Amino acid sequence: MKGAWRWRRTAVVALVTAVVMLPFWWLLSLAFKPETEVFSYPPNLLPREWTLDNFAYVWETTNLPVALTNSVVVGVLTVLSNVMAATAAGYAFARLKFAGSRPLFAATLGAAMVPAVVQLIPLFLVTQRWPLAGGNDLFGEGGSGLLNSYAGLLLPLLVQPLNIFLARQFFLDLPEEMAEAARLDGASELRIFWSVYLPIARPVVATIGVLSFTGAWEDFLWPLVVVSSPDMQTLPLALSTYAASGVVQYGPLMAATVIATIPVVGVFLAAQRHFVRGLASGGVKG
Amino acid sequence: MVLPATIILFVVVAIPIGYGFYLSLTSYNPVETTGPRFHGLAGYAEVLTSAEFWRALGVTGAYAVGTLILTVPAALGLALLVNGKFPGVGLFRGMMYLPRVVSLVAVSMIWLWLYSREGFFNYALDLVGLDPVEFLTDESTALPSLIVMRAWKALGGSMIIFLAGLQTIPQELIQSAAVDGAGRLRTFRHVTLPLLMPITTYVVVVDLIYLAQSFSEIYILTSGGPLGSTTVVNMLVYKQAFENFQLGEASAMAFVLFCMIFALAYANVRLLGRSKK
Repeated sequence: MKGAWRWRRTAVVALVTAVVMLPFWWLLSLAFKPETEVFSYPPNLLPREWTLDNFAYVWETTNLPVALTNSVVVGVLTVLSNVMAATAAGYAFARLKFAGSRPLFAATLGAAMVPAVVQLIPLFLVTQRWPLAGGNDLFGEGGSGLLNSYAGLLLPLLVQPLNIFLARQFFLDLPEEMAEAARLDGASELRIFWSVYLPIARPVVATIGVLSFTGAWEDFLWPLVVVSSPDMQTLPLALSTYAASGVVQYGPLMAATVIATIPVVGVFLAAQRHFVRGLASGGVKG
Repeated sequence: MVLPATIILFVVVAIPIGYGFYLSLTSYNPVETTGPRFHGLAGYAEVLTSAEFWRALGVTGAYAVGTLILTVPAALGLALLVNGKFPGVGLFRGMMYLPRVVSLVAVSMIWLWLYSREGFFNYALDLVGLDPVEFLTDESTALPSLIVMRAWKALGGSMIIFLAGLQTIPQELIQSAAVDGAGRLRTFRHVTLPLLMPITTYVVVVDLIYLAQSFSEIYILTSGGPLGSTTVVNMLVYKQAFENFQLGEASAMAFVLFCMIFALAYANVRLLGRSKK
């Protein structure tokens, strides 16, 4: 009886895994098939002939290299700014007493609840009318502001309120004695944060890094409204442009999708250990 | 030390919300040079009486609820199935989580092919002798197709959360139920399920909030069509604002959606608060 149950469980688990993995199987299969085989019917589960032609094709004939560069630049800058600003703010909310700390933290949590679509239109106008940028005068008239620029793409990604919350929860759990010892030695609050607490905050820094990076990497709606030039497209925008261009060439499209996917999967696998622990420690006090 | 984060959040969240609320009280077409024209709550009245908006709200609800109906029971069942040690458990969880890690845009590219005329699903239909279906361009199949894709993407993530919930249930409770002669099913119904209610509420509400804001996969796979059958609220806001340039009306729509999502989030906090007592 028990043996039968185990066997059935293994069968169900294997079946579910196969079904869940099937779309990825097709992604890889299409990406490595020659163009003639992509439209062959019935579709082959495995390419009869493996080729890198699709990768070479998208790389050489589309803006994929530019889009990849843009995504990496935006992703890296988002990580840097979130790690710096969110850990500092989270630390201050957790360990320093200052006037307005409570209402400010409540406002930060409130900001986390605002759907992106509410910010979309006004933030677009703010970006367009950014003073002294993109040909704008001091009052934001005359030019295109921060549209089609890294700064414009980065604007809503710079600090994500959730990251401040995660950092605060992490720093709340650390012992106060470490700060007191450093204070007795005459260290400033900034120095205590920088040299005492930040070095042991690796799990939460990793979590914030991964969440910020994947958030920036996936962002679609904001780049869609703020970017119109192919030179400033990020990967999701570039992919959607290829998919929308008349007759879709699935081979090259899937090759581009593979290229766009490898970095997030890589980041996730590399940081998984830290990531899971960081999230767990953030969840202790809710 | 909070200053950098505060300034940034002020510029990219607080100012836009205030400005957006003002815009929602105006009629504003940037193509005209007159600027926003204040008309009070007229924009909200227009939105709340617009059949198009209510339809989009209905589509959003159907999309979110449909996805959850497919995801939550399956995720719970899978979590029960794999709660415990067996060979390859880590690999299995990792693979189940993969759709969650891959971006919605990338996922949409894969499913664009799966649903296409020469794609996998039509091939499968052909194998069992059925006629091909235009999954994404037929009014009756477009929304269900999107729901299936989204459920596939959400399944593994929800399963992991349920697994975490299952691991907080003390084994003694399960064992004592068995000692009292309760079978698997009864133990599940009277011990496991009630203890999992808080985490189920959490999964449902958080996913509802998230799904109510869907945009990219719909933009890519159907652009809201055919005949508006997949136009969710975010899609409508985008079209009104950036295709029809009705910025005032689009802002009002965004705020109505915001209020509804806020109500959901508030209900979540209250429900969770009650279940903890």
